[in-house]
Amino acid sequence: MNDKLKVIAGLIVFFAIFSYPFWNNIFNKENPEHKPVLSAEAEKAKECVRSKDYMTKEHMQLLDIWRDKVVRSGERVYKYGNGKEYNMSLSNTCLGCHTSKAEFCDRCHDYASVKPYCWDCHIDPKENK
Amino acid sequence: MKNSRRSFLKIAGISAIGFSMTPVVNVFASSGQEGNKPEPSYSVNKKALKAKRWGLVIDTRKLSEEIVEELGKTCSKIHNIPEIKNKDHEIKWIWGEEFKHAFPGKENEFLDERMKHLSMPVLCNHCKDAPCVRVCPTKATFKRPDGIVLMDFHRCIGCRFCMAACPYGSRSFNFIDPRTVLPKDRKEWNLEFPTRMKGVVEKCNFCAERLAVGKTPACVEASHGALAFGDLEDPKSEVRKLLKSNYTIRRKPSLGTGPSVYYIV
Repeated sequence: MNDKLKVIAGLIVFFAIFSYPFWNNIFNKENPEHKPVLSAEAEKAKECVRSKDYMTKEHMQLLDIWRDKVVRSGERVYKYGNGKEYNMSLSNTCLGCHTSKAEFCDRCHDYASVKPYCWDCHIDPKENK
Repeated sequence: MKNSRRSFLKIAGISAIGFSMTPVVNVFASSGQEGNKPEPSYSVNKKALKAKRWGLVIDTRKLSEEIVEELGKTCSKIHNIPEIKNKDHEIKWIWGEEFKHAFPGKENEFLDERMKHLSMPVLCNHCKDAPCVRVCPTKATFKRPDGIVLMDFHRCIGCRFCMAACPYGSRSFNFIDPRTVLPKDRKEWNLEFPTRMKGVVEKCNFCAERLAVGKTPACVEASHGALAFGDLEDPKSEVRKLLKSNYTIRRKPSLGTGPSVYYIV
């Protein structure tokens, strides 16, 4: 067993590379690349249909409820907490304020490798291919 | 470990008390968080048009080739329906059809000239007992309480049972991604209404999205008074007045589907 040094060195290198993603995450905590960017309209409005915390975590459930309510029961007006009424529409209400899908939705979805198929049918008004 | 019956009973008793506490603890734990905030409310737009059963009366006497074409164009424009040359891939919501094709079994050997050449506007009949609704395995096609047979494109799996079931050919299948055949420039789209995706069936929705904001269907607006839209269950409605004073026919009523589209001939 004269190769002890080599084996240990190799193991260290291996673990360093293997655990790189974890280290990277720990030391680069503020990685802004995947954070959604608020549009000027959204900044001005200050509030969303729900709290920021709720929207970050639960927007997919909210949208799922919205689509069922709108399509299946024809209920299109959403009201919560602050008493403001919102038209439940992804393309018109959500994107009406978060004007850039690329800056708001895609940044985080791409980072998390989430591929929602909303946009197969729903239109991003800004996109013009 | 040796356990006496006495100590076992003690522990069991304390545990029982402990478990009976959970509902109380839950109440305390949830107070002050989202738990006691109000539930969101969902409601129908106040301006929305309402009816027990929507119906359409088409006065063919007021129709012309141009008007029928305009109906189709208006509908295509606001619902982002692509124009596809290939007949196999066509998407149709409302279109013109010859009398003998619209009303098979009603064509006489000698048909009057007007009917012979008139282009009949045909569309989904929003049947009272719709066969498409019955066959849909995912309930993507469903009947609304106001009589509209509506499609939930989120649920459609593209099995096309409904197309086989519909005796009016009112349904079209997206064999190709409609966005590839819609106009290149999105300024010509209606950006407020979604497109469809490849692999779903689609049909006329009686402009449910317009009714929800208090507008009548687009074809009715574009018809120069040839189309009347209203509540079939309301004896005072415009459509019922028209039905009362004119002889009307419906497409294939003998099949028992109960079409809600009437034609004054």
